[in-house]
Amino acid sequence: MVLTAPQRAGRRRRTLAVLAVLTLAAVAAFLTVDVTGSWDYALQQRGRRLAAMAVVAVAVAVSTVLFQTVTNNRVLTPEIMGFDRLFVLVQTVAVFLLGASTVTTTDPRLRFAVEVVVLVGFGALLHRSLFGRTERDVHVLVLLGVVLGSTFTSLTLLVSRLIDPNEFLTLQDLLFASFTSVDRQMLALSAVLVVLLTAGVWRLLPHLDVVALGRDTAVGLGVEHRRVVDRALLAVAVLVAVATALVGPITFLGLLVANLARQLLGTHRHAWVLPGAALLALLALAGGQLVLEQVFGLNSALSIVVNFLGGIVFIALLIREPRQ
Amino acid sequence: MTTTTDRRDGAAPPRVRRRRGVQRWHVTAALAALVLAAAASLFVGVGDLTPADVLDLDEAQARVLWASRVPRLLAILLAGSAMAVAGLVMMHLTRNRFVSPQTAGTTEWVGLGIVVATLWAGGTSVFGKMVVGVVFALVGTALFVWLLQRLVLTDVVVVPLVGILLGGVVSAATTFLAYRHDLLQTVDVWMNGDFSGVLAGRYELLWLVLAATVVAYLWADRFSVAGMGEGFAVNLGLPYTRVVMLGLAIASVVTAVVVVSVGSIPFLGLVVPNLVTLAMGDNLRRVLPVTALTGAAFVLVCDVLARTIRHPYEVPVGMVGGVVGGVLFVWLLLRARRRVA
Amino acid sequence: MIEIESVSKAYGGVRVLDDVTLTIPTGGITSLIGANGAGKSTLLSVAARLLPADSGRVRVDGLDVATTPSAVLARRLSVLRQENAMSVRLTVRELVAFGRFPHSGGRLTREDHRLVDEAMAWFELGPLADRHLDQLSGGQRQRAYVAMVMCQGTDHVLLDEPLNNLDVRHAVQMMRMLRGMADELGRTVVLVVHDVNVASCYSDRIVAMREGRLVAEGPTAELMTPELLREVFDVDVAVHELAGRRIGVPWS
Repeated sequence: MVLTAPQRAGRRRRTLAVLAVLTLAAVAAFLTVDVTGSWDYALQQRGRRLAAMAVVAVAVAVSTVLFQTVTNNRVLTPEIMGFDRLFVLVQTVAVFLLGASTVTTTDPRLRFAVEVVVLVGFGALLHRSLFGRTERDVHVLVLLGVVLGSTFTSLTLLVSRLIDPNEFLTLQDLLFASFTSVDRQMLALSAVLVVLLTAGVWRLLPHLDVVALGRDTAVGLGVEHRRVVDRALLAVAVLVAVATALVGPITFLGLLVANLARQLLGTHRHAWVLPGAALLALLALAGGQLVLEQVFGLNSALSIVVNFLGGIVFIALLIREPRQ
Repeated sequence: MTTTTDRRDGAAPPRVRRRRGVQRWHVTAALAALVLAAAASLFVGVGDLTPADVLDLDEAQARVLWASRVPRLLAILLAGSAMAVAGLVMMHLTRNRFVSPQTAGTTEWVGLGIVVATLWAGGTSVFGKMVVGVVFALVGTALFVWLLQRLVLTDVVVVPLVGILLGGVVSAATTFLAYRHDLLQTVDVWMNGDFSGVLAGRYELLWLVLAATVVAYLWADRFSVAGMGEGFAVNLGLPYTRVVMLGLAIASVVTAVVVVSVGSIPFLGLVVPNLVTLAMGDNLRRVLPVTALTGAAFVLVCDVLARTIRHPYEVPVGMVGGVVGGVLFVWLLLRARRRVA
Repeated sequence: MIEIESVSKAYGGVRVLDDVTLTIPTGGITSLIGANGAGKSTLLSVAARLLPADSGRVRVDGLDVATTPSAVLARRLSVLRQENAMSVRLTVRELVAFGRFPHSGGRLTREDHRLVDEAMAWFELGPLADRHLDQLSGGQRQRAYVAMVMCQGTDHVLLDEPLNNLDVRHAVQMMRMLRGMADELGRTVVLVVHDVNVASCYSDRIVAMREGRLVAEGPTAELMTPELLREVFDVDVAVHELAGRRIGVPWS
């Protein structure tokens, strides 16, 4: 069926509205279901976790969508390129070199700053070596990312072998995504960063829509391609660092929500896709956590479940894609 | 731009010559080096054993040599060569350079199999785990192939990506199961390639992979033809589906046996075939023996590193292999890219 | 007017453009011809600032393409490359509307919408306006891309092999439309064409290249000679006059 432009726009608005309602419902349920004892305390506790989820949701959604736009590829995500595994590696190396006690007692903001610097550096390196001359060899890029990610994991394992078993336990706590142990100062800092970056990105939106058409077309249409890509990638590196530093790696979340948002909204326009993806991410996190806690009585396995579902949905997407 | 392709065609002869540069004496030299390295590796370890001792072994030294060192060396050679060949065969049959047991989810399926066997099949014996592992590997590879057939977009990246994602899903399931049943560490130990547990009486099932490798060699030409695509294969009168199935089954069985016996060595099945075919071209019959040798050498070197890096302690070879293989592969990719650019 | 001044470009040590100097005058259709690897597409890309030149410079209406802000150039010059695979799913209307980006920065005015409709009508894309590009045939898609470039409304239009994927009927249609853009709308159209007879029948000027160098340029009739075609393509080409047009026949 061929829809006209106004019909499409109407459907997009409705889809986004439905998403918003669903997300609100999940959020409300997350805050209120099964409260025992003091409401004040429960709301405060859960409110903080929810805030962390919201920050992560926006950071993951925005970073993934931007990354896919500047690489002109819908299967790439910063996580697939090894960003989050690098994060894990840095944590591990830090514990190895400094000892678990030093790491956990260091000001989380300092730890965070170091993480951001390393990730931005890595992003710049990737950028320099891969976006430099030829822009087309995406498969080299993907493969490189996958290989780097895997290498980081091996290195992490290797280093963690050299770590005292007790310290290793501390490390594991640091690494499994968990919204329960978020530091309040860190949360505030992350929220500010995410808001600032998203606002900055918002000004780039029309240009990003053009960049998504590919480099040549974008240059032909007068977009300063290089500059837009540079800025977008900087934002991506910081956002990924924020999300991973806050709750640890959730590899497939971005892949899942960015593609679902595009699929559901039927457009690639960033003004639609970004809010859609962010809502989906929050829905997945709050809803997922709710289901895990209420149905399975678990509270720290969310990343595993997201990876499981995310992977399945994504394979389905890849397979259905060309038939449209 | 057509100019560059034309010019490059013009520049082709020297490259062809370079490819022929891998000559018989290279292979012979590599083989000799491997034999030397293998012999040397027998004398690396905590127990005291020097080459001079071999002529006059006392009882303890004989025990170390025959119960530990020799089995370990054999396990390394068997696992290394077989995994590399499995990767090569898979790469050919799926017609994609980046498909290997490690990028098709096969390894992860074996991991799931091991956990399932431990939990519900009472599979405490290695043999039990292996049977379940083989079944899971076959099912997993079949699922991957089934997905590929559904995939209209058989892009060179999308295919391994589907495999990697599939592996991710399976390993998430494995992690979840292990997490619920407090088996995370066991899984880690099982999945990480490690030869330190190899002793006489506990690795012999690995000989199975030698049989699989020999079969792969005997069928090399068929796999070559099948690798040219269904149209080619049918035109040449080859039962395409059967050949592909057999080849993938060989790769799956090899993967399962190796992972269950000694754990996974990341990149082995991906890096080694890619390196070898890059140097020698794609003629399977010619490349396969060299791939097997290179695979064995790769694992041998990694194992020696793993044994010496923190002497007297050992680091699992899987981690060393993951780092070495990863770095090697990144270098390879960037180099290949620079040459094209 | 496009002025190309001793432009050179090399890929990995191979010179694909060798000191090319050329002026493409305002108006009409200019076709770049030459064998595979002659450097036509590279020259077009350099002129459209998609590729940087190693040396030399290109000026469009007096503006140096290497230093002029891209957005300014996009209002004077539009370009379409041969391969336009996109990773995003767009409808024809959405694609064509991007042609207005240099003017409206993504927020379309009423006038923009009118121009989009006009461009789609010009290329007979009206009935396909709300289809996605991946639902179109290769020829329809090609027309949509060219419509986008036309919608950009620039004085200079650079197209690399615009007849790619088109069957005879659509190729003729496309060339007529381009002719119309030059004659009725007064655009300066520059094409890379591999069929020398298309160049002969539809263009005002021909630029002939070989191995990265300029061989000759001038009015079509002057260049369609057996001697020149032999020099360009390295093959004997008989040139016949047919219905007032010069047709080259390499098959002998």
